[in-house]
Amino acid sequence: MSQFFARSASSGSEAAAALATAERTTTKSRNPWQLGWYRFKQNRTAIVGLVITLAFVVAAIFSPLIATHDPVKQSLSDAVQRPSREHFLGTDELGRDIFSRIVEGARISLSLSALSVSIGLLSGLVIGVVSGFYGRWVDMVLMRIIDVMLAIPGLLLAITIVAVIGVGLTSIIFAIAFSSIPTFARLARGRTLAVRSEEFILAATAIGSSNRRLMIKHVVPNIIPPLIVQTTLQLAAAILTASGLSFLGLGAQPPTPEWGSMLSTGRAYLTSSPHVAVFPGIAIMLVVFGFNLLGDGLLFALDPRSGRRA
Amino acid sequence: MIAYVARRLLSVIPVLLGVSVLVFSVMQLIPGDPAEMVAGENASEEDIANIRRQLGLDRPVHEQYFSFIGNAIKLDFGTSTRSKRPVIDELKQRLPATAELAVASMAFAAVTGLSIGIFAATRPNSIWDNLVMLLAISGVSMPTFWMGIMLILLFPVTLGVLPTSGRGGLEHLVLPALTLGSTSAAIIARQTRSAMLEVMGLDYIRTARAKGLAEGVVIWRHALRNAMITTITILGLQFGFLLGGAAITETVFAWPGVGRLVVDAIKFRDFPVVQATVLVLATMFVIVNLIVDMLYVALDPRIEVG
Repeated sequence: MSQFFARSASSGSEAAAALATAERTTTKSRNPWQLGWYRFKQNRTAIVGLVITLAFVVAAIFSPLIATHDPVKQSLSDAVQRPSREHFLGTDELGRDIFSRIVEGARISLSLSALSVSIGLLSGLVIGVVSGFYGRWVDMVLMRIIDVMLAIPGLLLAITIVAVIGVGLTSIIFAIAFSSIPTFARLARGRTLAVRSEEFILAATAIGSSNRRLMIKHVVPNIIPPLIVQTTLQLAAAILTASGLSFLGLGAQPPTPEWGSMLSTGRAYLTSSPHVAVFPGIAIMLVVFGFNLLGDGLLFALDPRSGRRA
Repeated sequence: MIAYVARRLLSVIPVLLGVSVLVFSVMQLIPGDPAEMVAGENASEEDIANIRRQLGLDRPVHEQYFSFIGNAIKLDFGTSTRSKRPVIDELKQRLPATAELAVASMAFAAVTGLSIGIFAATRPNSIWDNLVMLLAISGVSMPTFWMGIMLILLFPVTLGVLPTSGRGGLEHLVLPALTLGSTSAAIIARQTRSAMLEVMGLDYIRTARAKGLAEGVVIWRHALRNAMITTITILGLQFGFLLGGAAITETVFAWPGVGRLVVDAIKFRDFPVVQATVLVLATMFVIVNLIVDMLYVALDPRIEVG
């Protein structure tokens, strides 16, 4: 256990120093991505995170093959059964197989969070890079807009957007995407400011590269690593927000097997059949746990200076 | 100090104005005619036109915004389309419950998070450090509503202690505060540990130890004060998380706060209530972050110079 977290340890720790020495001796002529992968492989918690995440991704992709029953087929005679050989995780109040619904829910939760975070990432990247690259009034105007978005707590902002678009999965995607823009924009802007004064940018400017080319070909590739880390952590946050909104009745509607709405209906059977609410909760926690471990691992692998601090 | 406070106070005004523009614009995007919603299904064209005039919806958008912001400053947020009561009365009734829950959750999160963070940082890479950090990352990964349901399952259902829902004495506050504060506690613990470990590696800590100071004095008097700068930032940000997260916790525990009010308002398309609640909560969040900035100066006088 003591080794378990050693790689995500503190600044100046012996583990980090030993790893740095190992890197110097074993990673000659490797590019930064290979070096990142080398660091990542050394980190057991990150590998655990990767395995958990991949397991859910595989479940999401192959859900029709993995599910043992039709996730929406009702069988009232089988209602609220405890886990058994026929139903691994039991059945819900309408006799639907909870395991199959959780597997199908993985597809919904992961695709929903991936889509919303991708929209947030792209929008935030454009705003952040443009803001940091052009500076002056462009930066001032864009960052004040971001300040305003940050002044509204994330979930509340998402709830407000659902209020406008209406209840449902589509509105959840936009709500999460919109509320994740400020985080990506701030991060991209900060890194762009740091990269903008680098010599290779000055050299590219000197040979006549256009601003658009400078941003796309030179700035963006150099700010990608921290954005990858943030994307992983945002995916975890998106799954929590999406399930939270569905739990509140603002997201997925019955009979869609979304984890948050499954948990919400399971609440009514808490005293007699707690498994109806317990298993979807474990699924959410596990996948978010996986993404968080993966994010921490990527932080250490791709951005070791801040990774050691985290 | 006074100049800094004045400058910081002034910087809040554009943000609050921006929030008001955002909230106002978002509500303009809602499909359908608000006058028709207020009038109800059986209203005549004339009734709808009258309501539109009463609500000022027949005026240009910029005039509507200035009217909205002018009324908001006077705490006049209009009438709830659901309860037909002034929105401010609804908020006055619900805000104390949310404030009580947020403060209790924050107190729990701060005390637990700081203690765990310091405990782990003073034993880096030990089995205790790894255990509490594993606990912290689990806390960050746990959905608040599931945490609430599990606490209900454990305490009132299985052990027969503490109430399952509603607002009342201190015993009603325990489970909702634990639920809402647990994620923040985990985040504060992780950040405090990181900040402490970073500070503990600095030269002045080595100097303090070299002078022969007791380890407790080094940690509490020298390391913690610097590490607190990071922790206080997180506390400020977590307050926003608590205000947003209150919607979920209040739903789980049937807590009569503004979080539940806004969720119900969305379901019943009661937009004046949604608009007012978002505006009030965002204002509270901005003010808390303003207070956090003031605390920085108290903790680290160098910030004032910068």
